[in-house]
This record gives sequence, structure tokens and C-alpha cells, in this order.
Amino acid sequence: MCNQTVCLVGAELERRGISTVAIQLLREVAERMRPPRALFVPFKHGYPLDKPNDPQRQLAVVEAALRLLEDTQLTPPVLAEFPASLD
Amino acid sequence: MGDLNEFSLPVKLFLKAYPWRKIDPVPWAPQKKPLSECRLALVSTAGFILPGQKPFDKSIRGGDFSFREVSRDAEVRELHESHRSESFDHAGIHQDPNLAFPLDRARELVLRGRIGSLNRRHLSFMGSITAPGRLIQQTAPAAAQLLAEDAVNVALLVPV
Repeated sequence: MCNQTVCLVGAELERRGISTVAIQLLREVAERMRPPRALFVPFKHGYPLDKPNDPQRQLAVVEAALRLLEDTQLTPPVLAEFPASLD
Repeated sequence: MGDLNEFSLPVKLFLKAYPWRKIDPVPWAPQKKPLSECRLALVSTAGFILPGQKPFDKSIRGGDFSFREVSRDAEVRELHESHRSESFDHAGIHQDPNLAFPLDRARELVLRGRIGSLNRRHLSFMGSITAPGRLIQQTAPAAAQLLAEDAVNVALLVPV
């Protein structure tokens, strides 16, 4: 349900002019809900940035999400995958 | 790994049948300036609270739709998780709350100049909300109002 909650809050932020990117742990939820920008990550629930106490790994996931904010060619809804090269 | 097969059969069947709320039309706030000039807010749905804050209420039918504010200066190790779901492994976020509330990572990105600044407050929800009407009508708009008042430019949303 967390996946839905971040999508719904994110949509409200976008309506107020705040650009958002939501990490998603269930691809089919993102496909059905259509948040504005989503990064699907192949990690289990409870581990959205993959590994505890691993700052570099966590930063890699955050960076992948931030890059979706920077890509001006994207159009909504955006559903990207955490790059395989980083996995 | 990020699919329904992680869950027990009853949870899987519930999620399969659940009427996920389609966002339509999809709102879109284009990114207008470099991240190095942007103010970032974090929104996590891992149910974190700080010492002294009211825990999320596990007895509310349909899920506690409230949220807590987490100061930019909060100590990550003081975040206490009160998420009601038993459908995921809580061990990782107990070991390291940055896993779902990456406040230390965000601080590092500001220090590097990758992000302009961190907002003075970040938001914590408890994401297990099966009946999201009050979230949609009340608390999500209230959260957006707060962050808009703070002139936040970008937000990273992290489920658990």
C-alpha cells in the first residue's frame, strides 16, 4: 500500500507545482496508478534503497531518481527502471 | 524481489483485487532549474516518528492517514518506525532509517552541491492506507500546502 500512498501524495505535490519522483517497489502498481515520475527498483519491500548502512548504494538509487527530474525530454507518466548497469 | 510473490497468499490475493487509484489526469510540474539551485523535501511512507511525536495509530480502519514533520536537523538514528504492516521485513529500516528516509544521503548531496538545499521539514506518512479517501481529500493536500509554503522545488518520495 505504501506504493499507492507515495503516488497519491506525489500527485498532490505536482498539482502545487512541486516536481516529484517516486520510488516504486511494485511495477504493476505504478503502471496502474500512473504517478508523474516513478523509478521502479528491483528490491524487496522494506528495502527501497536496497541496503542498510551502505551509503554508496543508497546514493546510487537516489541519483537514479534525481536524474528523472533532470530529463526534460520525459513526458508524463514516467516509469523508469533502476539502471541494470548499477544493479 | 519487488513483486507480489514476496507476499503471503492472502496478501497477494488482496493486492491483486485491490482497486489501485488511477491518477487521471496525471499532474506534471516541469523541472525549471538545475537541481543545484533547488530545495528538496523528502516524503517517506515508512511510518517514522521522532521522540515525542505521536505514533501512527494502528487501530484506524483503512489506515492512519496523518503525517509527521521531520526537521532538517533531525538525527536519523532517532527516527523510530511505527508502520503497521506485517507484510514486509522491518529489519533493514531498524538498522538504518536512511534506507527509507534518506536524510543523511540528502545532506551529503547538498554538501556536494548536487542539490541546492534541504527544506526545513520533511514528511513522514505511514503508508499502509487501504482506504485512501481521507488521504486524498485531507492530508495529501495539507502536506502539499506546507511544502508549497516552504517554496520546495522538488520532492523525493520513498515507500517501504
